[in-house]
Amino acid sequence: MTTTDTQILPAAAETAEMLSGAQMIMRALGELGVEVIFGYPGGAVLPIYDEIFKQNSIRHILVRHEQAAVHAAEGYARSTGKPGVVLVTSGPGATNAVTGLTDALLDSIPVVCLTGQVARHLIGNDAFQEADTVGITRPCTKHNYLVKDPALIPDIIYEAFYVATNGRPGPVVIDLPKDVQIEKAPYKLSGQKAHRTYRPQVEGDEEKILDAIRLLAKAERPIIYSGGGVINAGPEASELLVAFARETGIPVTSTLMGLGAFPASDKQFLGMLGMHGTWEANHAMHDCDVMLAVGARFDDRVTGRTDAFSPGSKKIQIDIDLSSINKNIPVDVGIVGDAASVLKRMVTLWRDLKAKDHQPSLDAWWKQIAHWRAKKCLSYTDSTDVIMPQKAIERLQALTADRNPVISTEVGQHQMWAAQFLGFDRPNCWLTSGGLGTMGYGLPAAIGAQVAFPDRLCIDVAGEASIQMNIQEMSTANQYKLPVKVFILNNEFMGMVRQWQDLTYDGRRSESYSDALPDFVKLAEAYGWKGIRVSDPKDLDAAILEMINHDGPVMVDCLVSKIENCFPMVPAGAAHNEMLLSGDVVVQPSSDEARAVV
Amino acid sequence: MQEQGTIARHTISVIVDNEAGVLARVIGLFSGRGYNIESLTVASVDAEAKRSRITVVTTGTRMVIEQIKAQLDRLVPVHKVADLTVDGKFVSRELALVKVRGEGEKRVEALRLADAFRANTVDSTRTSFVFELTGSADKIDAFVELMSELGLVEVARTGAAALSRGADGL
Repeated sequence: MTTTDTQILPAAAETAEMLSGAQMIMRALGELGVEVIFGYPGGAVLPIYDEIFKQNSIRHILVRHEQAAVHAAEGYARSTGKPGVVLVTSGPGATNAVTGLTDALLDSIPVVCLTGQVARHLIGNDAFQEADTVGITRPCTKHNYLVKDPALIPDIIYEAFYVATNGRPGPVVIDLPKDVQIEKAPYKLSGQKAHRTYRPQVEGDEEKILDAIRLLAKAERPIIYSGGGVINAGPEASELLVAFARETGIPVTSTLMGLGAFPASDKQFLGMLGMHGTWEANHAMHDCDVMLAVGARFDDRVTGRTDAFSPGSKKIQIDIDLSSINKNIPVDVGIVGDAASVLKRMVTLWRDLKAKDHQPSLDAWWKQIAHWRAKKCLSYTDSTDVIMPQKAIERLQALTADRNPVISTEVGQHQMWAAQFLGFDRPNCWLTSGGLGTMGYGLPAAIGAQVAFPDRLCIDVAGEASIQMNIQEMSTANQYKLPVKVFILNNEFMGMVRQWQDLTYDGRRSESYSDALPDFVKLAEAYGWKGIRVSDPKDLDAAILEMINHDGPVMVDCLVSKIENCFPMVPAGAAHNEMLLSGDVVVQPSSDEARAVV
Repeated sequence: MQEQGTIARHTISVIVDNEAGVLARVIGLFSGRGYNIESLTVASVDAEAKRSRITVVTTGTRMVIEQIKAQLDRLVPVHKVADLTVDGKFVSRELALVKVRGEGEKRVEALRLADAFRANTVDSTRTSFVFELTGSADKIDAFVELMSELGLVEVARTGAAALSRGADGL
């Protein structure tokens, strides 16, 4: 097995200074280069907050709800490539963070979350604000720790950052009893060279990489299926993906999480695949003869019915996580390794072996793809009376593209339209909750990105329902003068729920109407934001320009067509090449089995 | 090699750091992902290195067994995962305590069978025995079934402890 040779802990110091647990925490975070903590104080973390008060090197961003602290840390992590750091109190502080931690686990986002805990002698006594945090967070973190001895704090914090950021990234919780934060111990690192157990495989197996090259060099209908792992592997991985696609001439499609790793404006890009992916991407995936999956995990939103997924293809999968290989779809060549490392080797081998000379012509394949593209699957019927949601996103893209914005989203129709219509040419510009599908993700994520990049345009594309799930964070943006923009596609429905009810429950719109909505403009003003409402298509551009040109946070309430559906769509229980397009007659699913596939 | 869809029983050895919560992680993995546990045995095996060995007997298709191993392997406190069923020949033993109540001929028969199974009598009263039996799960199953006709009261079993045959260790 190949291992990283990164030293996870610095060499032990000769003399150890006596510090309180809280002081050690701040010292270790400082040494690890932490610039910002997203947090919320409470009884069980007062010693740490007292240390925060006494220093100036690490910035603390006070959120208004602990869930938002984790999402903000995720937004920070996803936009910078650095781990996000969270600090919350015991009990409700920790349980409120659980949704964020689960979100970070499913989307492989590196987050280190420090939670307060009741004093050691009170653990298990149902003490005030006590919760079994390590028990609760065990299934929703990559790893967690309960620190029972202050002397272990430095090593555990270093290890937590190592675990969060190496291999497949993810959230790590460190639960810190209050008396451990107060007790003094020598600040000493063990100087351990490698982690005792956790050594993810970075370099891929050479034989398997050669197998992959051989398969791809013979392929007549190849495709690259790129995922979030390419973005996690750093900007170099994205460059290598582009290089490999250029060398081979193979078309590229991307998952929701992978958008931006391959430039959307490139002619080799087929758009996003999956449930709301493009006609050309899903058909090319279905009909290909060799598929190269890079940092993508064959999620059910991508595959549709698994027994009908790309039946005729040889599949190659590159993933840093062995458990992602052969989990949902059996593959022919599984390469465990970091996307950048493996792609680099593949580019080199492709050139060295002069694979291009033996490669069959892909002209017929590209001709077929052109035929699928001609379907213009994202087309919609525009209107002069009402703003179409797709139009709003298209105009947002057109008017902001030159600013290289960071875009976050909430979850639902607006998220899918954003994924379809905003073309991302660079990685780390797209923050969305893909795996968990967490409504309320977008605003705190945009705040996290804006903290990292004060001068960049950070926009949360939202729906009127999702935005209300973490709307309190408008106060956070105001406090830190973060000029985030929230662009609400307001259709007065939980649109995706309504769409599913219309398509699979005979239009019984049970509880999916967004009743009693607040006046978002007044709400914005109440929070010290600028509020803009737009409902006439003629005013759309002006509203978007007013939003991006305002030096401060802005909420745009964009009233859009109320019952527009998001297409293409792979309906419940269908194969991935059985897509509905705008204007198709929708047949209700015939079986409960199909209906159960959400 | 096992066919894609057929379900087979596998004995898996896992060497873990002997730290708080490690067993909960392993059990949580099985319950959270819907894997089957037929038996699970855990004890510290190296006090100095603070390591424990978990032996888990599970069933699943080839893909599920591969998943279980990969999922176990990525747990942070896990040192090594080995599939004894795939890796070669191995020995697997379970210990059972079997309590039987009876008088007269049935009592004599129970004692005779216990002797045939090389069970030890670790407790006896005028009306009962507790037998200690080690062996494969099949052997213990057979013994328990025989005892059920002779006044079986209750059974405690450890689950499998297993090692590969030959000179090499994990």
